[in-house]
Amino acid sequence: MSTRDIDQTGGGSGAPGAAPGGAAENRYLREGFHAARWQEPVIMEQGSPGERGVIPPPLETGIRAAVGDPAALIPPELLRATPPALPEIAQPQVLRHFMRLSQMTMGTDVNIDLGLGTCTMKYSPKVNEFLARSPKMADLHPWQPEETVQGILEIAHRFGRMCCEISGLDAVSFQPASGAQGIFTNASIIRAYHEANGEGDTRDEIITTIFSHPADSATPAVLGYKLIVLYPDETGYPNLEQLKAALSERTAGLLITNPEDTGLYNPHIKEFTDAVHAVGGLCSYDQANLNGIMGVARAKEAGFDLCHFNLHKTFSSPHGSMGPGCGAVMVRQDLRRFLPRPLVESDGLRFFLDDDLPESIGKVRSFLGNLQVVMRAYAWVMSLGAEGLRQVSETAVINNRYLMKRLREEVPGLDLPYSPDTGRLDEARFSWGRLKEETGIGTEDVERRILDYGVNNYFSSHEPFVVPEPFTPEPAESYSRADIDEYAEIIRRVAEEAYAEPDLVATAPHKSSAPRMDESPLHEIDKVVTTWRVWKRLGLQSPDTPADV
Amino acid sequence: MTPGDGPAVHPYIPNSAPGTRAEMLRAIGVSDADTLYRDVPTDLRLERPLDLPEALPSELALRRHVTSLLDRNVSCEDAPSFLGGGCWQHYVPVVCDEIISRGEFLTAYGGLWYSDHGKNQAYFEFQSMLGELLDMDAVGLTTYDWSAATTTALLMACRLTHRGQVLVPRNLSPEKRAQMHNFARSAAEIVDVAYEADTGLLDLDDLRAKLSSSTAAVYIENPSFLGTLETRAGEIARLAHESGALCVVGVDPISLGLLAPPSTYGADIVTGEVQPLGIHMQYGGGLGGFVATRHDSRWLAEIPSLLTSIMRTADGSGLGYGWANWVETSWVKREESRDFTGTTTGLWTIAAAVYLSLMGPQGMRELGETIVAKATYAARLLDGIEGVRAPALGAPFFKEFVVDFSATGKTVAEVNAGLLERGIIGGKDLSIDFPGQGQSALFCVTEMHMQDYLDRLAAAVEEVTR
Repeated sequence: MSTRDIDQTGGGSGAPGAAPGGAAENRYLREGFHAARWQEPVIMEQGSPGERGVIPPPLETGIRAAVGDPAALIPPELLRATPPALPEIAQPQVLRHFMRLSQMTMGTDVNIDLGLGTCTMKYSPKVNEFLARSPKMADLHPWQPEETVQGILEIAHRFGRMCCEISGLDAVSFQPASGAQGIFTNASIIRAYHEANGEGDTRDEIITTIFSHPADSATPAVLGYKLIVLYPDETGYPNLEQLKAALSERTAGLLITNPEDTGLYNPHIKEFTDAVHAVGGLCSYDQANLNGIMGVARAKEAGFDLCHFNLHKTFSSPHGSMGPGCGAVMVRQDLRRFLPRPLVESDGLRFFLDDDLPESIGKVRSFLGNLQVVMRAYAWVMSLGAEGLRQVSETAVINNRYLMKRLREEVPGLDLPYSPDTGRLDEARFSWGRLKEETGIGTEDVERRILDYGVNNYFSSHEPFVVPEPFTPEPAESYSRADIDEYAEIIRRVAEEAYAEPDLVATAPHKSSAPRMDESPLHEIDKVVTTWRVWKRLGLQSPDTPADV
Repeated sequence: MTPGDGPAVHPYIPNSAPGTRAEMLRAIGVSDADTLYRDVPTDLRLERPLDLPEALPSELALRRHVTSLLDRNVSCEDAPSFLGGGCWQHYVPVVCDEIISRGEFLTAYGGLWYSDHGKNQAYFEFQSMLGELLDMDAVGLTTYDWSAATTTALLMACRLTHRGQVLVPRNLSPEKRAQMHNFARSAAEIVDVAYEADTGLLDLDDLRAKLSSSTAAVYIENPSFLGTLETRAGEIARLAHESGALCVVGVDPISLGLLAPPSTYGADIVTGEVQPLGIHMQYGGGLGGFVATRHDSRWLAEIPSLLTSIMRTADGSGLGYGWANWVETSWVKREESRDFTGTTTGLWTIAAAVYLSLMGPQGMRELGETIVAKATYAARLLDGIEGVRAPALGAPFFKEFVVDFSATGKTVAEVNAGLLERGIIGGKDLSIDFPGQGQSALFCVTEMHMQDYLDRLAAAVEEVTR
């Protein structure tokens, strides 16, 4: 039975709680959901000696005749004495094993994945996958002569111009392979800029905010910077006086997200960047939360010198079970000389790599980064155009406001800290603090329980939890109204369960691919076991053995 | 533009349907875009449409447009390529592509043990199988690339030994050197050790001279960037350990069905590149680095990337897998971080797990033998050409070797241009980064190169150097 069938027959139109807009909202719940639970043994225990999954290309007899025994080409001390204890399994069983593992994984393709705020879990169009799998993309070597890679260079160049237009900045690099690497790249450029000015040693402080991504603190720290982290006032973001108190001749730069992870846009952002510039620092914009403001507000007008986009988030390239991604970095023209090399350029006739950047920070990732991610992002923007990008952002904001309205009106125990009357943009950080006080059920319990209704765990917050028991959904433009309604219904149901049957929530999930775990190995380093060989050696493969490692 | 009468309906945006949009706007009490963005100051708003190319909302039009651009590329399937040096063309079994095309894996992200049980099991199986291939007990999830993994390993060594200097071979990949320098220069002093000009092996006298009580780690690669096998790796590890330093070894995992794993010659930490294991090159986008260490909680705690641990179900009857050591990652450590992680290369972890499952011990052994035989065959053919020396370095090699064209009177650029005219992509020109090697190029031969390709290469080199 489809969602629509349920909606019509199961008390949709006219039922209690008709949608705020007048039409019926979707109150469908997948009460009978159960995730696949294949109880799939670890692959190391499958197969039998002699089975094979694939036959590598054979050595031609002509070559064998010419060179003799291949093993004799290797010095005896460098020859492997014992074969690796890899599994020996035929192809159908390998395929089936990993198919089953995939079925026990909740990708965005199979669930209403709008809970992972800041991650912008949106639809990754299949046509882009089709294109990325072309041998003309997949089987390119990064050192091929420029005349053999004009297509991918043109895509990179065109998409570079698009990113510059969307940010208002002037030069671009796609080398960073993730958002964190993008932030790291910008921190490295800030360092190179001050070193070039002879201030590398004296400007040793970077300022960020607690609601910006942890990489805005971590990656400058790796470069040796001292971090000053600003906390919000009652509005949800730091005020200008806090920033000014942190600024000095030691300030190298500001790394900040806006809207921050609360979904609140700091309206004083231009005063922030002006204040940083006044003491000689640079301003870098972590645009992790770009999805609500494309074509609305740009890095340039807000006074930023550098910024980065997550192409695997905002620009639809799939998250890939944790990568590969791309943290596209854009900078002001006078900072181009510090970008990682080489850069993709055009003379109007052909596209080429400019490696003549003596002041470059060097490399942050081998070769040119993840250009297959850039290709997907290019195809996504080409499908949408300027009007479509604006539509993406407006819809993301509308979706978020709609979800917020339903959650705030209908869900017990849930609050919206900071400026409750101010509009969030792409996401909102809620708090289950009241639920926790009243029922003992906290955000981790809710996260586990929603799985029982067929949706992935959500994003609570980066640590530390400034907002108690946080919950940060982000209903990107890919979610239909029915999706958002269903999600809101799940959250409402679980909150009601917390009051009525707290044990049901506390012991969740009940319908997941894996039952409840003894999670101690995740939190105690002495219990961590990363390989099957160690697990076996410790005698732990039998359920009767105690789990103390 | 007002949201009420917004632009055309787009298939990626369900709520762009006009009726739905209007209903939702009514529901949230917003009449127009200005109200939606009330909290963004007007002077920061862009008061014009973005200047972007005309949209192609039709899927066919989009597909034709992007295909027309991609068609301007010549792939390594179209023309035999002899490029390697950190990204290599190996055969990718179709099952690898099939599995990583599954939407459940392709579009998953941070799902925990209960929502992404299968993904976490695949991660653990990757770690376990790579552990067997490397003969190492502890393996983390893949990071950005081999360069990042090596930088991480060397910084780990600094923290574990409380020392601040690392020794690296002078024949390091220029890519890796540049990345390492930017990343680590504030935390560690990176010192080059010379290599022998005739053999390509690490210069042990120079190593002895540079080892000191400041040395945290000695890093070597087997094979090296220039393709040579480090036959004295055991001696190097012994010298490092005598100085109280760790021995960190970078490997090409595709070689390890045939070659001895670094554990046999004393490696403490092993790094490498996962791309050869069932992942397309993707213009360099297929890279993913790995770090393996001993099973020791002090060492595990220093791995800054994500680790998957196996665990028991609460009732003890089954197994689960989840992200461990979260508190040591940069997500939690923030400004206390000495390294960082993020969205790395999870999909390649899964591809490599499928690859190793398919290949098994026999496949890895046969593949290693095939590659070394083909590479040797190619080098001998090239060495038979007047003025061409291959391999130009005397140490044994696996799949890559230096070809010296100096005595032909031709530059590598000229040779490669001639090869390209004949439909062949030649080796990596080393004359800029390794001027001491003269007019030399780094050639890579793998199982992808049929004997016919190698014969054609030799014939073409003979023509262009004549």
